[in-house]
Amino acid sequence: MEKKKILDEIEQAFPEKVLETSAPFGEETVELRPGALLKVVEFLRKKPYEFTMLLDLTCVDFPERDERFEMVYHIYSLALNRRLRIKLSLPEDKASLDSLTPLWKNANWLEREAFDMFGVRFEGHPDLRRLFMNEDFKGHPLRKEYPLRKRQPLIPLRKSP
Amino acid sequence: MTARIQKQANPESLLLNMGPSHPAMHGAVRIMLELDGERILNSEVEVGYLHRGFEKTCENRTYFNLLIYTDRLNYVSPLINNVGYVMTIEKMLSLQVPERAQYIRVLMSELSRISDHLTCLAAMAMECAAFTVFLYNIKAREFIWDVIEATTGARMTTSYIRIGGVRADLRPDYPESVQKAVLETRKVLKDVHGLLDKNKIFLSRTRDIGLMTPEDAIAYGWTGPCLRSTGICYDVRKAHPYLVYDRLNFDIPLGERGDNYDRYMVRMEEMEQSLRIVEQCLARIPKSPGRVMADGLEPAEAIRASRLKKPGQAIRLSPNLEGAEKDVYKNIMADDPRFIIPPKEEAYTSIEGLISHFKFFMKGHGIRPPKGEVYFSVEGGNGEVGYYIVSDGSDKPYRLHLRAPCLHLLASLEDLIKGRLVADIIPTFGSMNIILGELDR
Repeated sequence: MEKKKILDEIEQAFPEKVLETSAPFGEETVELRPGALLKVVEFLRKKPYEFTMLLDLTCVDFPERDERFEMVYHIYSLALNRRLRIKLSLPEDKASLDSLTPLWKNANWLEREAFDMFGVRFEGHPDLRRLFMNEDFKGHPLRKEYPLRKRQPLIPLRKSP
Repeated sequence: MTARIQKQANPESLLLNMGPSHPAMHGAVRIMLELDGERILNSEVEVGYLHRGFEKTCENRTYFNLLIYTDRLNYVSPLINNVGYVMTIEKMLSLQVPERAQYIRVLMSELSRISDHLTCLAAMAMECAAFTVFLYNIKAREFIWDVIEATTGARMTTSYIRIGGVRADLRPDYPESVQKAVLETRKVLKDVHGLLDKNKIFLSRTRDIGLMTPEDAIAYGWTGPCLRSTGICYDVRKAHPYLVYDRLNFDIPLGERGDNYDRYMVRMEEMEQSLRIVEQCLARIPKSPGRVMADGLEPAEAIRASRLKKPGQAIRLSPNLEGAEKDVYKNIMADDPRFIIPPKEEAYTSIEGLISHFKFFMKGHGIRPPKGEVYFSVEGGNGEVGYYIVSDGSDKPYRLHLRAPCLHLLASLEDLIKGRLVADIIPTFGSMNIILGELDR
């Protein structure tokens, strides 16, 4: 009963922004339209929900879909002891969305990781660079078209002055 | 490579490079420092030196095969990573695990947690010049790893927790060896408390250093002992109980200030609680009916014997195939032939067993969870270890993402050391227990 309520309340608060709500394997999931993320998250951070913790942020690549990248956010509410998953789909030619860095500090590194691995851009991110790969790395390794054993050229040795 | 800090730095301040190979950087992480004298004006943490494409690799391995890669994430407590991964898959398959296997998993997780905390505090104390503590902690860890080695066959790369249960049953003499490990660890904890708690050198390097407020800890997504040191009670074992944790009695130790000393104290208290859990597991673990170990035949002999065997006569396999016998399976493995390896007697002695063995390992067969996505997390040594798995119905995960607790901890290091001295980096970094194998994936 309680479970259903939260999803319904989000749907009522943002009727034109929510695409779908579901609870596969008992995990509440909200699918949003692109561009709706910041508003919904700010709403969820306030009372009575208090989803104050960003547990995880990642991306899934579906090359055969029109909207290729699916961003997945897991947020957690200490007050309600409940997790919520937020999903957004982004097309490849416009793979950018609002950064969550103003709300959560760990979003900085998590978004850098998503940018590094998938090439998704975050608007308003203070320092969007690769996190794990080096700067000269070509391509985004977790995209499906990136081959498993692809080699990158070696970084040339820096000449000592 | 030009880092952000090199562009921003004041030309009059000193730029210092700490790492990626530095004795106090556990693993390979690079911290660029902008210094004014010994005071840190700015810093930049660079990670990725240990990136080995864990998530990409997993997309190209079957669900059964990729278990070994999870050992290598947090290499000090590999069993907890195994538990997390395996339980995510079990959630997708809605697989029920026998009670004995659940207790074994809890027992092994808690022993791993103790070894994780012991290692962290050993390194931290050593870097604060308490070398005795390092030796004591490593000694206690050896006793714990002896139990782990006897049960799983390996000290670090265990791959012991399998989908549906565990690989083998406990050794017949496990109560004595576990009790010995518990006893030795208690002794060491008492000694360490005596050596460090009121030690002036240790206190001056940890008290009120690396301070984190509860609000910032949440904003950084901290979990585990580090979050609890700031006074916030969040433990996955209590918040979302898994396995048999809801039946066991244990407390969640909390800190007050969120400094290095509190993180040390919370880890010490947590080990006490883990020891309590281990003792309760020993007392409550359901007895395995029948013999724990089989004294049986080598595979070739088993095949020969099967040709001569009379109906109703059981064939036992040799101990080096231990854990794969039919008798043991019902205690430690789920009762669903689709998702577990068929018992070795059947694979070696009957055509049906051989077929089901092939079907399990053949490409495109084996474990194929239904389409969908699932997130599941367990309480690891340094926080919430979460797995997010997307399945497309095939035998390989479409996407596997690990929520590494260390990433969120290390992301805050720049804030923690800002305005402090260079020497403060070492206890701060040590008390967070950064495991690069898990962070860089």
